[in-house]
Amino acid sequence: MPELDPVDRALVLETQAGLPLAPQPYHALAARLGIAPEEVMHRLQRMLDEGIIRRIGAVPNHYALGYTANGMSVWDVDDIEVDALGARVGALAFVTHCYRRTRHPPEWPYNLFAMLHGRSREQVEEGVGRIAALLGAACRAHEVLYSRRILKKTGLRITA
Amino acid sequence: MDERDRAIVNALQGGFPLCERPYRAAAASLGMSEEELIARLGALLESGVLTRFGPMFQAERMGGAFLLAALRVPEPDYERVAACVNAAPEVAHNYRREHEFNMWFVLAAQDGARIDAAIARIEAQTGLALYAFPKLKEYFVGMKLDA
Repeated sequence: MPELDPVDRALVLETQAGLPLAPQPYHALAARLGIAPEEVMHRLQRMLDEGIIRRIGAVPNHYALGYTANGMSVWDVDDIEVDALGARVGALAFVTHCYRRTRHPPEWPYNLFAMLHGRSREQVEEGVGRIAALLGAACRAHEVLYSRRILKKTGLRITA
Repeated sequence: MDERDRAIVNALQGGFPLCERPYRAAAASLGMSEEELIARLGALLESGVLTRFGPMFQAERMGGAFLLAALRVPEPDYERVAACVNAAPEVAHNYRREHEFNMWFVLAAQDGARIDAAIARIEAQTGLALYAFPKLKEYFVGMKLDA
């Protein structure tokens, strides 16, 4: 696992709520942290390269964009084929997260989880149909678990 | 949200440049001025269309342990169990889903031992078996939502 040094951590803390909305945001961060702007950019680039930062940009609110239907689709996919197929499912435009996870047979036979966001259940179902077609005979069963209520959402943040 | 806002949301879900004047560079590719882009981003944040504008971190890579977990909660007991689970500081999000496995949450802690302790505590307090769904492989995490 890549290590975060104290300056990286300070940079994460300064940016996890967002970048300054000023013409020179990295310069503003540099001034707050007492380092050079080039070092801010360099460290952010390094964190991007290491996957600590997935990307830099706009994080939309699903609901505000009309994506009110959220379905966690779960699939029982042949263990030999799941990695190749999981990568293809993850590449579909309407899939926002895609993971392989532990099964708990017999109650829970599913090993592939793909999160779908749609403007309606019909749109989510259409996506589920496309995944089913892609998986074909490698998939033995699937279900879609729609979210009904957010019980808690604090997000994953580091603290000083 | 007008067409120009939509263009911003669609084009800027990633790839924001690391340079001296990144808003100017991003604005140029959208055919607008730096001032307009900054003003529109501010308004999109203000109105809640965007939850954030900046780096999206992969929390797992910063150290710490994470686990997706689920419970099969009997309906009459649902509110009590939800209160128990939500009270755990390790629980980052918790969703009610339509299934026999009807409560799904993410545990986040400094290390695996603390996750295990949280599991034991939640099981003791709720009287239910917790199903752990550790991530074995990540195929994709991202947002490709059209505004």
